[in-house]
Amino acid sequence: MRKLLIKNGRVIDPASGLDKVCDVLVEDGKVRGIGSRVKGQGARRIDAKGMLVVPGLIDMHVHLRDPGRPDKETIASGTRAAALGGFTSICCMANTHPPIDNLAVVKFVRSRAEAEGVVNVYPIGAVTKELKGEVLSEMGLMLEQGAVAFSDDGKPIMRADVLRRALEYASQFDVPLISHCEDANLSSGGSMNEGAVSTQIGLPGIPSLAEEVMVARDILMAEKFGRVHIAHVSSARSVDLIRQAKRKGIPVTCETCPHYFSLTEEAVREYDTNAKVNPPLKTQKDVKAVIKGLADGTIDAIATDHAPHNIEEKDVEFNQASSGIIGLETAVALIITKLVAGKALTIMQVIEKLTINPAKILKLGKGTLQSGSVADITIIDPKAEWTVNPSQFASKSKNTPFTGWKLQGKVMWTIVGGKVVVRNGELVGE
Amino acid sequence: MNPYLSWPFSVIINFYRMNNTKSLHRKDLLGLKDLSVDEIKLILRTAHSMKEVAARPIPKVPTLLGKHIVTLFYEASTRTRTSFNTAAKILSANVTNVAVSSSSVVKGENLIDTVKNLEVMGLDCIIIRHSMGGAPHLAAKNVQASVINAGDGYNEHPTQGLLDIFTMEEKKGNLKGKKVLIVGDIAHSRVARSNIWGLTKLGAKVVLVGPPTLIPEDIEEMGVRVSYNLDAEIPAADFINMLRIQKERQDKGLFPSIEEYAKLYGLNSDRLKKAQKDVIVMHPGPINRGVEITSEVADGPYNVILEQVTNGVAVRAALLLLLLGKPTA
Repeated sequence: MRKLLIKNGRVIDPASGLDKVCDVLVEDGKVRGIGSRVKGQGARRIDAKGMLVVPGLIDMHVHLRDPGRPDKETIASGTRAAALGGFTSICCMANTHPPIDNLAVVKFVRSRAEAEGVVNVYPIGAVTKELKGEVLSEMGLMLEQGAVAFSDDGKPIMRADVLRRALEYASQFDVPLISHCEDANLSSGGSMNEGAVSTQIGLPGIPSLAEEVMVARDILMAEKFGRVHIAHVSSARSVDLIRQAKRKGIPVTCETCPHYFSLTEEAVREYDTNAKVNPPLKTQKDVKAVIKGLADGTIDAIATDHAPHNIEEKDVEFNQASSGIIGLETAVALIITKLVAGKALTIMQVIEKLTINPAKILKLGKGTLQSGSVADITIIDPKAEWTVNPSQFASKSKNTPFTGWKLQGKVMWTIVGGKVVVRNGELVGE
Repeated sequence: MNPYLSWPFSVIINFYRMNNTKSLHRKDLLGLKDLSVDEIKLILRTAHSMKEVAARPIPKVPTLLGKHIVTLFYEASTRTRTSFNTAAKILSANVTNVAVSSSSVVKGENLIDTVKNLEVMGLDCIIIRHSMGGAPHLAAKNVQASVINAGDGYNEHPTQGLLDIFTMEEKKGNLKGKKVLIVGDIAHSRVARSNIWGLTKLGAKVVLVGPPTLIPEDIEEMGVRVSYNLDAEIPAADFINMLRIQKERQDKGLFPSIEEYAKLYGLNSDRLKKAQKDVIVMHPGPINRGVEITSEVADGPYNVILEQVTNGVAVRAALLLLLLGKPTA
C-alpha cells in the first residue's frame, strides 16, 4: 500500500492530548509518525493546511437496515454515507429484519460489510431474541463472530427481571448493554414530546418522563449488575441523573445525537414528519442541558442514531409516520456549527466524543492517531460552509429535518486503514 | 322577482367587489390558530348575511354555481357533514360525499394520493375530517384545491369554534372580557382548542374546567386559566361550554367512572342555580344526556345548543363563500 503524507494540518488526537500543526505519515495502513520532521519520501501528499486532521470518527449508533430493508439503506449505501460524513467505523443496531440476534446474522453483516462496505462495520447484537425483551440471545456466540455490544435499540427492555439477567450475563464478557430508555406504557400512543407544542397542535404527547424513569431504573441496575450505556439521551433530567450516577462511580456511560442539541419540539409544529424521532425532540431547556452535559463530560459520546426511512413512511399523517432522522452526513457540520462555533465545546472535546470515547466504551482499540495505530483518519475543513441538500446524500433515505440549513464544517478526506475513501469531499472511484 | 337577486346576496356580492382586499387571502382553513382577528371578524360578519339567506323561503343563491366540493370524512359525523352539505347547497355548489368505509382508503391508499385524485376530478374544495392531528395540513400542502378542516384528531375543529363564537356574540355582543368556561375532556378535544384560539384572540377570558387527567400539559401557555372546581367558576361565567365526555377515556384510566365524572364535572340545574341569570349554556353535540349535562339543563332556558347547529350552517356557508367565491374578473 502506498505511503500517505498529510501535510500541515492541525492534528488533534484527544487520546494523547495532541493539538498542533504538523504532518502525519501513513504507511502500510498504519500511522507511522506524527510531527514536523516526519519524512515521507515517495509518499502521496495531502495538503491539509487550515484543516483538522483527526482520528477516524466512530459512530456507535447507526441503523443500516441490512438485512431486510434495502429500500431504506444497505451496508453499501450506509457505509458510503458514513464515509462522506467522516466516519471510519460505525456500529449497526440489531433491529434489522431478521434482527441481529444470532451468530448467523452477525456473520452475514460482517461478511457483507467486508464485501460491499467502505468503512469498518461493527455489529451490535440483540440483548433478547427477536428483540422481544424476554429470552436472552446468544451473546457469547455473537461476540465470537464480532459483535461489540448488545442492544434491543428501538425497543425498551420493559421487564426489569430480564434486564437484570442480561446485565448479569453480559458482565462475564465485559461488554456494555446499550439501553434504549423508554417506558413503553408512558409513551404509548404518543408521537412527539408532551408539552406546550403538543398541546397547541393537538398531537398525542410522550412525556419526557418516559425516558427519565428508565434512565433512573437502568442506573440502579448498572450499580448492582454491571455496565450500561444509555443511548440517545435527550432530556435535561436524564442528563442530571447520569451526572449524579457518574459522581457515585456507577458504571454508566451515554451518548446523545446531533438533533438533540440542534433542534427543539418547535421543529414539529408544522407537522414535519422528518423531525419525528424517538425519543422525541424536546425543549430549549433540554437542549441547553444536553450541551452542558456534553461540555462537562456527563455525555461521553456523540452518535447519530442514523435512522433511514423511505418517503412512503414519512409522507403520511404525523401519527402514522415512522420515527427517525438520518444523521451520518450532517453530524460533523452540526457539531461544528452548534457546539464548536457556538463556543460551547472545544474542538478537542467534540473529537474526543467522536473517537476515543466510543472506542473505549466498546473496546474497539481505535480512535487515536498514536504511532502504530490503524490509519483511520478524517480530515475536516472547519471553515467550509455548505447547504444541506439530501438529494446529494449517499444514503438511500432523505429523512432529515435539516434540509436547507447552512452549516459550517465539511469532511474533505476519509481514510480507512490507510486507504483513501473520500477525497476532497467526494467518494473515491464512484 | 328572482329570489337569487334579492337584497342580502347582492350586499355580499357588492361587499366583495368593493372590498376585495378584505376577503380571505388564503387557500385553506385549517385552524383558528392561523386566523387573524380581522379574518375571524370577516367570517362572522359574512355569516350574519348567510344566516339571513338561510332563513329565506327559498334559501339558495348562485354564488358558487359550478364549484364542486367534496367531504372526505375518515371519522363518523352527522352534524358537521350535513351542515357543510346544507351550506354548500345554499350557495349552489355541487357536493360529493366520500364515505371512507367504501372508498379506496380501506385498500390502503394514502391520504396524499386520495386528495390528489379528488383534485384532478375537478374538485375545488376538500372538506376533511380525520382522526389524526395535522392530516388536513398534509392534504393542503399537496393540492391546489382549498382544504377545510372539519376536525383533525385533538387539534382543531375550526368551523365549530367559529359557530360557537358566532353564537356567543349573537347573544352577548363583543366578547372582550367575557368569561367562558369550557368544561370536560380538554385534552382530547379539538372543539376546545379551536374555541381557545378564537376566544383568546377576541379578548375573552377562558377558563378550562376538568379533572387534571383531561387537562393537557402547559395549556396555560395558550392564555387560559385552569380550574378543577366547577362550582367555584360558575357564578362569574358568561358562557358555559360543556364538552362531550367519551366512555373510551374511562377505559384508558383517565377517570374512574362516568358516575364520578358526572358528579364532579356534570352540569345540572342545582349547579346552575349559582350562575348569573343570563348565563348561556352551550354544547357542541352529540350530547351524553345525564353525563356531562342533564336533560333539564340541555333543554332548559339558558341553552343555545340547537341555535349553535343553525348557526353552523351560516358560518360554514360564509366560509365556503369567502374561500371559493372570489369574484371572477
